[in-house]
Amino acid sequence: MESKTLEIRNLNTSFFTQQGEVRAACDVCLEVQPGQITGIVGESGCGKSVTARSVMGLVRYPGRVVSGEILLDGKAMTGISGKEACSLRGAEVSMIFQEPMTSLNPVMKVGKQVEEALLLHRKLSKKEAAKSAAQMLEKVGISDVKNRMECYPHQLSGGLRQRVMIAMAMICSPKLLIADEPTTALDVTVEAQILRLMKQLCDAGTSILLISHNLGVIAQICDYVYVMYAGRVVEQADTMTLFDHPAHPYTRGLLQAARSLRSDAEVLATIPGVVPNLLHLPAGCSFSPRCGQCQEPCKTSMPDMLPAGEKGHLVRCFLAEKEKQQPVEAI
Amino acid sequence: MSGVLLEARNLTKEFPAGRKKKVHAVSDVSLQVFQGETLGLVGESGCGKSTLGRLMIRLLRPDSGALLVGGDDVTHLSEKEFRKYRRQLQLIFQDPYASLDPRLNVRDLIAEPLRTNHTCRTKEELTQRVLALMEDVGIPGEYLYRYPHQFSGGQRQRIGIARALAADPELIVCDEPVSALDVPVQNQILNLLKKLQKSRGLTYLFISHDLSVVRHISDRVCIMFLGTLCETGRVDDVYQNPQHPYTRYLMNAILVPDPHHRTDRIELLSGEIPSAVDPPSGCRFHTRCPYADDRCRREAPKMTDAGDGHLTACHYPLGNRPGDHS
Repeated sequence: MESKTLEIRNLNTSFFTQQGEVRAACDVCLEVQPGQITGIVGESGCGKSVTARSVMGLVRYPGRVVSGEILLDGKAMTGISGKEACSLRGAEVSMIFQEPMTSLNPVMKVGKQVEEALLLHRKLSKKEAAKSAAQMLEKVGISDVKNRMECYPHQLSGGLRQRVMIAMAMICSPKLLIADEPTTALDVTVEAQILRLMKQLCDAGTSILLISHNLGVIAQICDYVYVMYAGRVVEQADTMTLFDHPAHPYTRGLLQAARSLRSDAEVLATIPGVVPNLLHLPAGCSFSPRCGQCQEPCKTSMPDMLPAGEKGHLVRCFLAEKEKQQPVEAI
Repeated sequence: MSGVLLEARNLTKEFPAGRKKKVHAVSDVSLQVFQGETLGLVGESGCGKSTLGRLMIRLLRPDSGALLVGGDDVTHLSEKEFRKYRRQLQLIFQDPYASLDPRLNVRDLIAEPLRTNHTCRTKEELTQRVLALMEDVGIPGEYLYRYPHQFSGGQRQRIGIARALAADPELIVCDEPVSALDVPVQNQILNLLKKLQKSRGLTYLFISHDLSVVRHISDRVCIMFLGTLCETGRVDDVYQNPQHPYTRYLMNAILVPDPHHRTDRIELLSGEIPSAVDPPSGCRFHTRCPYADDRCRREAPKMTDAGDGHLTACHYPLGNRPGDHS
């Protein structure tokens, strides 16, 4: 079997605040298979960005990775020196962010910003670097590359900035691209263009970890999906299975909410209650106070990831075992 | 249909942008908002939808054109004369984190518009009104003395809605009220807005870039591109039978939350929105439009009615050509 591009084992990342420890990512296990787009979906504050930042070693004080293993192509990313991490970031694994304006250097021409990673990791001459940078910018769909390379970020539109970000991330042909809400700040027509570009990159061999709160984005381009809630993975399955047979009540709630908007329903589906405060998580299953099917064991103990139906479909819910016997009704 | 509550006639608004340059934010836009309806206003960022929303309640003064509230021309009224209309026209903002004063508690936040309009005579009455409004928007009364930072995004948006309702308005301009929220919370707010509309007979001008949200909440919809309207009509007509090429591309770009309906092969709009500082001549969409010809480059199309109040500003409307989005 081919090795996994990314493997996260029991990752725990916490923020040590004055009010106490906030467990932003809790026992997260996650894999990215080569040549696939793997999605993480969840509401704000569910730990999806923290998981991604933990991989990159970008968790800021007062947060830190408490325990867990992160393997990139079989090599450990945790417990390595800052210098080693630097040689991996941008070369083997790179990341693009939600807001392209704040992630680009405002006082540096975009061409130079794209070349930077090449000069650092590939030790190319300036001329060679400029040439490959131009090729990469062309590849991500930027026209008139020569002039655009001489632009500063503020001279470009949001869609172009995000393309520059993607070019920067892809310039050293990393094994893994982490995209944290790459299209959330963009307009719908540009969003569709960027998603199509990411799909092309994936077809060309880059594995992608895509973080999004938008089930539309996930449904359109992901191969495999993790659903997170309150710092934990609560369900994982390939995209078709997840959308056809969601097993966790939270996943169902999310899907119903997204689908009812497109139906003729007079009253839209919602999930009762609010996302719990990570400082004061309820006992037992974090979702139990909002769950319509909550039972006694849910209030006292946290369920493990249990198999549900299809192969590779895991769900953190006591009901999964029971559900297996009866056909899952489509919602 | 009931009467026209708010009408814009050829509104134009330009903002200075450096030496002799101007941002053409809204150009020659006419539209009517009927009593009791929800009019959706859709477009990509920078198309002028928020500017138009602000012009419609006279938070901005137009450079030319007229604004009519219930048939009265209010374009040139002084602030004092306009005050009685101001109460009727309220606004809900996009960012529930930035639009509430962090140093006021809920009671003061909601009481502010009540005080401005001298609605209540005693402190007791004021508190009662605030509590009633909190109940209407679903904020528990015991949170009366809490501050904005103690609430979630959805709850803050509810407080924003209560503030708008406090003035007892006829019309509320909702400027991207749910785009900062997660979907389940977004749905709660949309349900609340619908409920309030029913119980209070409100009229909404609902501004959003999210086509699915607009489809759900609106009766009629206006599609905007670069400061001009390109299509308006009843929601079902516009969504199922788009006449303007831009509208059809927008519909194509909707991300369906269903992996069985992937839109990998649907034709996408290339390029980006042209600059509003130097908008294209003629039809402003012609630089991105596959059907554009010389006439489009020369001459700006006028809004023409295809029947049933379905208006399109295009020289070559799509007619009943089957769209590639079903």
